[in-house]
Amino acid sequence: MNPHLNIAETEKEIIEEFALFDSWDDKYEYIIDMGKRLSPLDPKFKTDENRVRGCQSSVWLVADFRDGKLFFHADSDAMIVKGLISMLIRVLSGRTADEIIEAKMDFIREIGMTTHLAQTRSNGLLSMVKQMKHYALAYKIKDPVPSKN
Amino acid sequence: MNVSVPKSKSLDITAIRQEFPILNREVKGRPLIYLDNAATTQKPQQVIDALIHYYTNYNANIHRGIHTLAEEATAAFEQTRDAVKSFIGAGSREEIIFTRGTTEGINLVAYSWGRKNIRTGDEIIISNMEHHSNIVPWQLLCEEKGAVLKVIPINDNGELIQEEYEKMLGPKTKLVSLVHVSNALGTVNPVKQMIARAHAVGAVFMVDGAQSAVHLEINVTDLDCDFFAFSAHKLYGPTGVGVLYGKRALLESMPPFQAGGEMIKEVTLQKTTFNDLPYKFEAGTPNIADVIAFKSALHFVHSIGKDKIRKHEQDLMDYAHLELEKIPGLTIIGKAKEKVSVVSFVIEKAHPQDIGILLDNRGIAVRTGHHCAQPLMDRFCIPGTARASFAVYNSRYEIDELVKGLQRVVKILS
Repeated sequence: MNPHLNIAETEKEIIEEFALFDSWDDKYEYIIDMGKRLSPLDPKFKTDENRVRGCQSSVWLVADFRDGKLFFHADSDAMIVKGLISMLIRVLSGRTADEIIEAKMDFIREIGMTTHLAQTRSNGLLSMVKQMKHYALAYKIKDPVPSKN
Repeated sequence: MNVSVPKSKSLDITAIRQEFPILNREVKGRPLIYLDNAATTQKPQQVIDALIHYYTNYNANIHRGIHTLAEEATAAFEQTRDAVKSFIGAGSREEIIFTRGTTEGINLVAYSWGRKNIRTGDEIIISNMEHHSNIVPWQLLCEEKGAVLKVIPINDNGELIQEEYEKMLGPKTKLVSLVHVSNALGTVNPVKQMIARAHAVGAVFMVDGAQSAVHLEINVTDLDCDFFAFSAHKLYGPTGVGVLYGKRALLESMPPFQAGGEMIKEVTLQKTTFNDLPYKFEAGTPNIADVIAFKSALHFVHSIGKDKIRKHEQDLMDYAHLELEKIPGLTIIGKAKEKVSVVSFVIEKAHPQDIGILLDNRGIAVRTGHHCAQPLMDRFCIPGTARASFAVYNSRYEIDELVKGLQRVVKILS
């Protein structure tokens, strides 16, 4: 992520990037490239507890809380899904719990993900967003005033 | 579509394709290439017409009414039963029970025959290549009755290990329920000889014919199976219709599966007597329209000839094997000597889901995942496969397109 951009600006940036591609073939190639660039997840986090239920592939998602902000780490055994998560991480990682909870995530629809991917799969994408928001909510309840350590 | 489709030696595939209106549509801006026929086949115009004709002209509830519409609907419904009887070579029309599909047929036998006949310590044999619907009903039955479920292992080619089956058979064996053709591998199991072996120890034999009914010539009398279940929708027919064939003596000895209208002879508040076969097992208003339209699907298959269809599909499968194996990193799962119409594969570094999404993006429909056969996937230590499965309307051109699509998948994902 670019730390100088807020959530809305990052979403706009992704929308503009996708507008550069004429075909979905190229868009998928770009998504897969983003997945390949995602920092690897420590295998110890690949537990059932951290698994987000999808249809055919597995996704592991964890969050840690530093300086009042949440940082997400994730992996998937499928490349396109991994690319999709890396986009979500780019938008939501390094934000405060409130920012994450309030994020509209309109870019998913804007780049055509919900119409292009079948319901089951985009549900997978939406359930990842939901899971990230749950993490934010959980930290907010646990630590209502952002801690300094 | 405007692509030239080469003629098979004996079939005019271009003409056959024209009978399937859905094959004219585009997916993601390209002509649809439908290679998910083991999940469900597309429907020819005559099946769609039969549905419309029924609802337009003679929709009525069957067997009870004495008005003209009811008589016409009843006659058409029962004509399908006769057509099914001939299609699978059954001895009598009373042995043909309409169900919702293969799954319901298996559950009917597990519930009705199974709960009456299975006791503590009895053994039921299935195989390592079963669809979940031929595993779970027996697991539930075994759990309830304290019976034992035994599983015939398979070799690396995806064939049953017959010696292991022979060893399992014994005086405790009460039932063998086996898939005729594997949905995930395409393996054709030698059920005829296996039925004879089971009968030698006094066991009943059920065949899951979900995949075989469309590809193989089925004659239940010749096979001598006790039960045979299949679905219409995998056979160019409508969804929501299946058939359970059962030998008359067995069906007569079995208690009803579901209770309600149609299946009764006489009801008082103290005692109910049940209707004769096959109606004893057809409680409630059946799926009249789809059963009637199923006859048109059988007619479609009959008019082309199963032998010609199989030859064409065999040619497609052999060609697919040949071409797919040229793709670097691709491994075909399931290389049985006797195999029909299914090519299941994995590609190094490519998750089946990625393969499915990227092919769909080129208008190519394949199935990806575990194919409701998780124990089989575990056997091969894979999470799932991508599966191309063929029907009479598919062409070599479409396999070429699949290969091009997969070459692109390999390029993008590596």
